[in-house]
Order: sequence, then structure tokens, then C-alpha cells
Amino acid sequence: MAIDLTTQPFQIGDRTFQSRLLLGTGKFPSNELMRAACDASGSELVTVALKRASLQGRDEFADILDYLDSSKFLVLPNTAGAMDAAEAVRIARLSAAAGLPKWVKLEIHPDPNYLLPDPIETLKAAEILVKEGWTVLPYINADPVLAARLQDVGCATVMPLGSPIGSHRGLETAAQIRIIIEQARVPVIVDAGLGAPSHAAAAMELGADGVLVNTAIAVARDPVRMAQAFALAVTAGRAAYELGLAGTSEHAVPTSPLTTFLG
Amino acid sequence: MSFSTIFPKLPVEVLTRRSQEASLAQVDAVIARGRAETIDDFAALISPVASQRLEQLAQLSMGLTQRHFGKVIRLFAPLYLSNECINICRYCGFSRNNDIPRVTLDKEQVVAETRKLARQGFRSLLLVAGEHPKYVSSGYVAEVINACLPIMPSVALELGPLDTEPYRRMVEAGAEGLICYQESYDEATYVDLHPAGPKKKFGWRMDTPERGYAAGFRRLGIGALYGLFDWRYEAIATALHGRHLLQQCWKASLNISLPRMRPAAGGWAPNPSHHMSDRDLVQTICAFRLFLPHAGITLSTREHPALRNGLVRLGVTSMSAGSSTEPGGYSTFDESNWTQTKANQPGEQFHIADERAPRVVANMIRSQGYEPVWKDFDASLVQATTAP
Repeated sequence: MAIDLTTQPFQIGDRTFQSRLLLGTGKFPSNELMRAACDASGSELVTVALKRASLQGRDEFADILDYLDSSKFLVLPNTAGAMDAAEAVRIARLSAAAGLPKWVKLEIHPDPNYLLPDPIETLKAAEILVKEGWTVLPYINADPVLAARLQDVGCATVMPLGSPIGSHRGLETAAQIRIIIEQARVPVIVDAGLGAPSHAAAAMELGADGVLVNTAIAVARDPVRMAQAFALAVTAGRAAYELGLAGTSEHAVPTSPLTTFLG
Repeated sequence: MSFSTIFPKLPVEVLTRRSQEASLAQVDAVIARGRAETIDDFAALISPVASQRLEQLAQLSMGLTQRHFGKVIRLFAPLYLSNECINICRYCGFSRNNDIPRVTLDKEQVVAETRKLARQGFRSLLLVAGEHPKYVSSGYVAEVINACLPIMPSVALELGPLDTEPYRRMVEAGAEGLICYQESYDEATYVDLHPAGPKKKFGWRMDTPERGYAAGFRRLGIGALYGLFDWRYEAIATALHGRHLLQQCWKASLNISLPRMRPAAGGWAPNPSHHMSDRDLVQTICAFRLFLPHAGITLSTREHPALRNGLVRLGVTSMSAGSSTEPGGYSTFDESNWTQTKANQPGEQFHIADERAPRVVANMIRSQGYEPVWKDFDASLVQATTAP
């Protein structure tokens, strides 16, 4: 029996998305498998590190963009490699000059080991780019105050990490993500550290508008099937959230009411 | 405090002895944790008994590498600018007392070789040179960087140690990485092997990565040359150096290399008791991965094809391919099959062991289920790079 679960679409900037699973395109064992996984995931928005691509015409040795069909996906460049706001802004402007739409995932991690995002440079870069008419999606640590400030300057989403990139430790920052979701005026996309479909489902049940997954799919034994697994988990989590999950309790809760005899 | 001021107080000899005497129980405890959290853990992983656990170490190393780096190998090409050198290094083909033809490429020759390498697919260059203030001045290097960048988006340097100020000029010109191997971390060995020239200065060389970081390099490469002294000592010292750099140079990515001695002009022969076997090398690479999970590990063409093939999935993250260690060496390569058409390369630093063409190496990487990545950095994305 096939299960058909659809959930509400959501909006980022001026675009509507049905799929709430976003994919990163790094770390895959081949561009062909990356493309197949993106297709299998049902995702409508994929990120790509411009440092892997060629912005000056076709380059067979830097051809990752050739594998991403822009009629199927919104191809979102990220600023990985940038150490500060000036470099991130430069990368964004170069991507626009090369004809990509003015959407950017701000990813500024001066620490190349844990790839944790720089809050100060991210806020600076966001302010500049929003004023230039960009749709800005900033990757951040799960800092509710930073999230609020980025929304104040006009970011289209906030993207708090669950745990460090590639760590597969899931929602270590759940308590902070809850606060961000509670206070959010824009979609919240949980990004980084989601190592299992259950992590993605948990993020959606918390009320996240979407999740971004890269490493867990890219280095899986079968990236295509793992992409499908994550897609199902995201839909499941979102459906549960839309239906409203019962609160948890330390005690057993009897299902028959006790006080109807009072009338 | 710089590493050279701390290093004399580090118990490297004690750790080396403990490594020799480590028990299987100690090794198994590290494997159970999945990480080498302390330098003692690292020393246990390179112990003689740990060789019995090599398969488990390899599995752990593979998993950690995949999570942080992906199923990819980054490819790069070394380009030798000059074999002029004012140092005597007893083991090196460029040693000033070796009678080899001395060549320094001019800018046009460098550009021609760079274009040739770009046609093979390379988008990442390592500029290498002997140490000579007249022939390899910092002005010359900056000019060469400027000339290469329009063709090759990532340029790293492996030169004689310099002060921070000349490094700053090279960073401004667009270079992103700085490699400097200590050769040997044993001072007595180092002094014996480098009897003349500025390379004599043990501590100055050791602090090169930190001066490079102060100048703005984004990537720092370190390593010892295995074969000069007790390889366990060298590996432990390198691991300590790496850990120090992670703390002091937090914005730079760290890269470790494990070059092993190759035959070179001058006839210097390593002491057989210092020999690092293939199995030792694999074990040490896995140990580095478990101790420094975010450090890049580079494997050059010094190593023979079968070993390079085997290491693709075990913890290595970048490889050179089809290399020449002679200034101007690529100019006589046949581009159709990337073979050297010259019978001899008298000006080379050492003779390589894996002569396969870059495309052949790339196909080998693909056959292992990994992606060969030619381009992973672009200087023009982060700064304006214009010719002078």
C-alpha cells in the first residue's frame, strides 16, 4: 500500500518550495552520483561551493555546475572559502556577474577544522548583500540573538547548525533551535550535523521549516537511497508537526476522561 | 610562544620509547574510543604491536576522513622554479656541493609549464624552489604567483624559510598555502645533515608555519623526511607540531605530509635502521588521521603506484600526479601520454616512483569510488588577482 503524504509548501523570499529537504553537493564520490541523489531526494534547492566551480566559461575539470539542472533546482551558491565578510560579498557579486540568480548562502568559517560560522562577519556580509537586493540565507551557530539580528537586517531565512558539519551528531543544539523557531519571522532551516534521517525528522517535528543535508548523503554507501530516506523522514516529521504532536509526559495519561460525570 | 621555544621541553624521546613498549591493550583502548585524543594515544597507534590492528585502524581512518573531507582526493602539481641552492643538505639532490646543471625558470617558462599542467587538468599548483636569495628572491616569487594565478586558481609555496614580511607580499599576490618540512625534528641529526647555509637554523625553520600564518597564509603544511632518523620520533614530533599549530594558527587549515627518502644525486644513503616500511607508512597515516581528524594528508609521487592506490581510501586527502622535480622538466613531457621524452633528468631533486599520467591517476581514483577534485580553491573569488 503506497503512502501518500503531502505537507504544506513554504516560501523563501519570493519563491515557493514543496520539498523541505535541501541538499549540499560537496563530498560526493562523483558528480553523476551527486546529480542522481539530488534527483532522488525531491529537493528543489541545492547548494554548491563556488570554489569548486568555474565562473569563466566551461571547464571540464571544474564542471560541477554542469550537473545541476537549474530548471529542476534553485542552485544556491555558498561562500565556502571566505574568511570574512569582504570575501563572502566578493564571492556573491562574482556569482551574480556570472549569471546566477541573486541568492546566496552565506557560509563564512575562518576555522577550517570545525567549520563553525563566524557570527560577526556573517552579520556584516548579510547587511551589505541585503541592501544590494540579495536573497540571503545565512548559516549560523544556533544563537537566537544572532538569528534575530539577521532577521532585522532582512535575511530570507536563518540556518542554524544542529552540530558541526560532518559530525553526524544530530540536534546537539536542540534547545537553542527551539528558541530560534519560537521567535522566527522567517523560515528556519536546520543545517549541518544531521547524520541520520531520524535527526532530520526530529528537526521537522521541532517546527523547523526545512533541513539541509550534505555529508550524510554524500558519503553513504548508497547516496541515492539515503537521499530518499532523508526525504521520507523530512515529510514524516513535517506531517507530524502539522498535525500537532501531543506533549510528552513523565506519567501515564489515561485515554478515558475522568471528570465527565460532573456534567 | 612559538613551537621552537616549546619543543625542547617536549618529552619526544620518552614518548618514542613508550611507543616502542606500548601494549595491545593500550592500542585497543584507543580503537574502542575511535579517536587518538592524546599524544600518548598517537604514540600507541604507531607502536610495533599496533601493526596487528592495522585493518581496524584503516577502517576508522577511512570513516573519519570521509566524514570531514568526503569521498574525494584533491589533485595538485608541483612546479619546480629553481634548483639553485646555497645550503648543503647531505641527502638532497639540490645540495650546493652537488655538480648538477643549475636552472632557474624565467616568468615565461613558468607560464608555459603552468599552461601545460592546466591542460592536463590541474587547477592547483605547488611552486617549489631551492633556497637562494639571488635566484629565488621574494620579488621573483611574487611575480611568478601573479603570472600563474590567471591560469591556476590555487597556488601554494614550498621555499626556503622567509620572514613574515616577504610572506605577506606573497599572500597579497594570491598564494594561499605554505609548506615547510622540518626534515628532522632531532636537533643533533638536523645539525649533522645541514652543515652549511641558512638551513642550519633548526628553530628558525621550525617556526616557518607560524610566520606564514602571521602573514595570512590559509593553509600550512608540515612534515618530516622519513629515513633521516627514528621514524616514530619524527612522527610524534610532527604530531605535536600539528597540535600546536591547530591552537596557535586557528584560521589556517593544517596539512601533513610523510615523504620518505628517495634516491638523489650526492650518493647519501640513509641508515637502514631508520627505514619506514610501506606498512609503517600506512599505519602512521591512519594514526595521524585519528589524532588530527581535520588535517589534510598529502601523498606525493615519491611512493610507488600500488601503495598510492591502496592509500586513496585510507586517510590521504590530496595527491600529486605525473610530477617532475626538475625545473623545466615538464617542458619535455609528451602531452599526449605525459611521458618524459628526455633520457635523463640530471637537475632533479629526487627521482619519483609513480610516473603515471595525471589522467591515469584520476581514473584510478574514480575506480576506487572516489572523485578526483582538480579545483577546490579559487584565489580570484576571495581577492582581486591582477598581473603586476
